Amino acid sequence: MKKTPVSRRFTLLAALLSFAGLAVAQAPSGPPIRIGSTLALTGPLSATAQVHKIVGEIYIEQANKRGGWLGRPLEWVLKDDQSKPDLARTLYEQLVTVDKVDLLFSPYATGAILSAMGVAQRYNKVLVHHTFGIPSLVKYDMAFPAWSLGSDPANTVPNTLFDALAAGPKPPKTIAVVTSKFPSIQFMSAGAREVAKKRGLQEVLFLEWDFGNRDFGPIANRIKDAKPDFVFVGAIGLEGNLLLDAMKKIDYVPPQHFYLYPSPGPLVTLPEAKNALSVTIFEEQQPFLNNTGAADFVKLFRERATAAKLPDPSVEVQAAASYTAWQILAAGVAGAKSLDDKAIAAWLKTNTVDTLQGPLRFNGPGNYGEDLMRIKQVQNGHWTVVWPKAFTAGGATLQTN
Amino acid sequence: MSGFTMPSATLLAQSILSGVFVGALYGLLGLGLSLSWGLLRLINLAHFAFAFLAAYLCYQMAQMGVDPLLSLGLIVPLFFAIGAGLHWGMMKFQITPFNSLLVTFGLTGIVEALIQTIWTADFRKLESSYGEHNFKVAGLYVPLPELITLGLAVSLSFVVWAVLRYTDLGKALRASAEDSAVAAAFGINEKRNALLLAGTCSALASIAGVCLALGFTLAPSQIYAWIGVVFAAVMLGGLGRALAPLIAGIVIGVSEAVTMAVTAPSWAPLVSFTLLIAILLFRPGRAA
Repeated sequence: MKKTPVSRRFTLLAALLSFAGLAVAQAPSGPPIRIGSTLALTGPLSATAQVHKIVGEIYIEQANKRGGWLGRPLEWVLKDDQSKPDLARTLYEQLVTVDKVDLLFSPYATGAILSAMGVAQRYNKVLVHHTFGIPSLVKYDMAFPAWSLGSDPANTVPNTLFDALAAGPKPPKTIAVVTSKFPSIQFMSAGAREVAKKRGLQEVLFLEWDFGNRDFGPIANRIKDAKPDFVFVGAIGLEGNLLLDAMKKIDYVPPQHFYLYPSPGPLVTLPEAKNALSVTIFEEQQPFLNNTGAADFVKLFRERATAAKLPDPSVEVQAAASYTAWQILAAGVAGAKSLDDKAIAAWLKTNTVDTLQGPLRFNGPGNYGEDLMRIKQVQNGHWTVVWPKAFTAGGATLQTN
Repeated sequence: MSGFTMPSATLLAQSILSGVFVGALYGLLGLGLSLSWGLLRLINLAHFAFAFLAAYLCYQMAQMGVDPLLSLGLIVPLFFAIGAGLHWGMMKFQITPFNSLLVTFGLTGIVEALIQTIWTADFRKLESSYGEHNFKVAGLYVPLPELITLGLAVSLSFVVWAVLRYTDLGKALRASAEDSAVAAAFGINEKRNALLLAGTCSALASIAGVCLALGFTLAPSQIYAWIGVVFAAVMLGGLGRALAPLIAGIVIGVSEAVTMAVTAPSWAPLVSFTLLIAILLFRPGRAA
């Protein structure tokens, strides 16, 4: 049948109307689902917490564009815990009792998460947390981790590291373990000592320093004097940079060196950090970029982090764990088809969630699943995953100094 | 392995040298504090905040291409004015020595917040050509920034000592501290001298701040990490003395460094505080 101009116009109008109708159907409606959390927006942890703020804003924006959760828009009620776990506890109480949020979400860092977990437990609320470093402290069965370090990271993570070193060009025979006494660091370093001993490495030096240590010169001197094949540095934040600065002053370059939880941007830009090793759950490379939501998120995060003038706009452990936490909570709500905390927790315990880090399960102690920590190395001024082989790209292998 | 270990001769010598360098910075930070406490009877906790503010200003100017040592040309007069202004306020409101501790503690918090607002809580590291230079003397490494700090600390301590001992101004300051009423009766302008001294103390803090920026990574919360050990150096040396904080600082710095060479670094802070407690117990007259 030949279409007349009128019928063509009618068809076009109908198509536009149906498209608009579809758009209306997808737009979230009704009262917003209010998700409450705190972040260390000020105080000593604020630099890293900014990453989590940007991630949360991206996720809420994306989710609302996709139609929200259960057809309702999302609203993030965010408060500043000033990097103080005791204040975080008070603010989570407020979120539940005064703000009456529908769901709770993670604050940043182990201390604040522990505080929030106590409140969540008191009110039977689900808490998906993204940066809790001591799995053995999780005693609440409705808390779910987004940072996949497994339930026994003090054993599994060092084993992954020593597997990488054993497969490298110069498997070490001697080790120096130097570590901060920061809580989520110290037990990992103790684990590294145990694992090294079991694997036959000779420990030539063990040193501890208090978090906030000013002077790394004497520690660098001790390491140089001990002549280890490999230095395990239980460092958090800028401690790795400070130690490398001190090593530079005495012309010492460790043959092989590892930093547990460094500030990723500052370390990778330091020339002395050449071939430094660390751990990761996500890097901007294959195969990670194939994971659910990764490609879009990496692009958006780079834009926002650059606009916010973050020192490193790339997505790595912090941003990835943060985004994963939102993905887990979203999957729980969608799976339970409800905002009921018990229903969400029950669904998460029995299902797998596809995330930025890959498929996650919550079937171990403290709801931790597998240890998905990989080993990365500073190569040519970039973090590159070097172990396990299945997660390397472009034939990357472990290098030594 | 975390217990006592016998260090090699090189490690011990390098540690002692490191201790001398860090001790010089303790002394330089303590110099203004000691003068303010001993001669003005003001316990100025904001001294540390001023040092860090100067360090951050030096960092900022270095980012704009200004040589860190040349930045002293702007920073020193600025902090002289700030110190004198603060003391003018203290005199105006007749702040007692104990209340000065509280007021300057509050001021420290304000300066910390200001630094955090401008430069964030993230660590900052001043990258300068000085940091690239090391000397090797008899097998020991001598970093240039630390050598500059030592040079400044020694020379400033001697200059202040000479001024206090040999000039009319120094004698007037010491006389005012001893008995302000009698000093005033002899025609000493106590108010003017106090403002001059307060400005000088803050200027000394700013020089120490530039040395901090040259050798250490900066973070706002680090302000408090220096208070205990520098107080120990000041009290160990005695108040109002120019050379004593430097000597005491070096004693503490070397003790800490040797402790770190033979045992765990986390034991080092105990050294300065043990020395402080010992001095308070056995030589109370010196610390008063």
